[in-house]
Amino acid sequence: MSILQALDVGLAFLVFAVAAWTIFAPGAFAATVGYVVYGLLLSLVWIRLFAVDVALTEAAIGSGVTGVLLIGAAARLRAAERAGHEESVSGLSGVFAAVLCALVALALAGVVLLLPDQGPSLAPQAMRKLPETGLGNPVTAVLIAYRAFDTMLEKVVLVLAVVGVWSLAADRYWGGAPGEARAASPEPTLAFLAQILAPLGILVGIHVFWVGADEPGGAFQGGAILAAMWIIVMMARLTEAPQTNAFWLRLALVAGPVVFLAAGLAGAIFAGGFFAYPPGFAKPAILFIEAFMVLSIAVTLPMLVAGPPRREPRQ
Amino acid sequence: MSLVVDLFSIVAIGAGVFFFLAGAVGLLRFPDPLSRLHALTKADNLGLGLVVLGLLPRSDSLLAALKLIAIWALVQLAGATAAQLVGRAVRRKGSAA
Repeated sequence: MSILQALDVGLAFLVFAVAAWTIFAPGAFAATVGYVVYGLLLSLVWIRLFAVDVALTEAAIGSGVTGVLLIGAAARLRAAERAGHEESVSGLSGVFAAVLCALVALALAGVVLLLPDQGPSLAPQAMRKLPETGLGNPVTAVLIAYRAFDTMLEKVVLVLAVVGVWSLAADRYWGGAPGEARAASPEPTLAFLAQILAPLGILVGIHVFWVGADEPGGAFQGGAILAAMWIIVMMARLTEAPQTNAFWLRLALVAGPVVFLAAGLAGAIFAGGFFAYPPGFAKPAILFIEAFMVLSIAVTLPMLVAGPPRREPRQ
Repeated sequence: MSLVVDLFSIVAIGAGVFFFLAGAVGLLRFPDPLSRLHALTKADNLGLGLVVLGLLPRSDSLLAALKLIAIWALVQLAGATAAQLVGRAVRRKGSAA
């Protein structure tokens, strides 16, 4: 066994160990920390599988943004947890849940192990048509050209998630601002971090989006980095979340899916197919769509983290 | 020349790994949160710094080398901030108890 193989086996064991620890961790906060570590280890696994795009997404979304969301949830549940109001699973249903989980895990493992050695793959076709899109990164081509409709629907799901979060607001707060108000004297350490990190992160986010056409990266990863910068500035309370009835905010939320859908319809008229791009013009069209998707993702994720409106709207 | 560069990389990365190991041992063995934090941040800064130093002569281009240094600087920033925040939380909890 070479050193790299040994490292891979070690990494796999580490992923298993952290997963088990996350399940058995005492309390929601500890489990969340375990989950974030698990996500970061998983992104290392993706890198070892040469899927750098997936690794970036796992680190940014799976570990980063989801981690923040879960920490927020854990903090909200802390009072209930301390008071012992936790819904505990009783003996029999606990055993039932464990057996069900184990069966699902076994079935998944069986499916993976039963795959033919030479798995079915569309990769050759994807690579053959790549020059027609003008892109260099086949993952971006799959997301925005070959399977454009799926990606557009994913963005719609994100907008629906924000609508779902906002609809949890009390009636009198509808249209108001979510999250904490801007602090008169922000926590100095966090404020320092946010002030140094945000300009750098905005640069990195735009860069990751831009290189996504030819190298690992893309709209989702770049947008997630931009979102993280806004989240950190709001966490430091250097700024507060905008009112949810602000027109620019709602426009930014839907800009990605709307532009995507409009481009798809335009394709039906000008390029002979729903979500088809005219030959020779595919790359500019794809980058144009992606730019608006970056904007929407960079606004959607912070709004999910900020939660439902908690203040009455100012007129 | 390549022998000298290889030797430099091995020594620097080896020293970095040693600091990571020492930090991990400190994290597990030290008695209270503040000293555990101390062990952890030193490992992060020095350990990663030495590993990056060892990798610098092996990078393909100047841009790649600058990216490595940027990663180290960003980890420093994040690590120092997290240590400050955890330390403050520990102190607040200590005075409340």
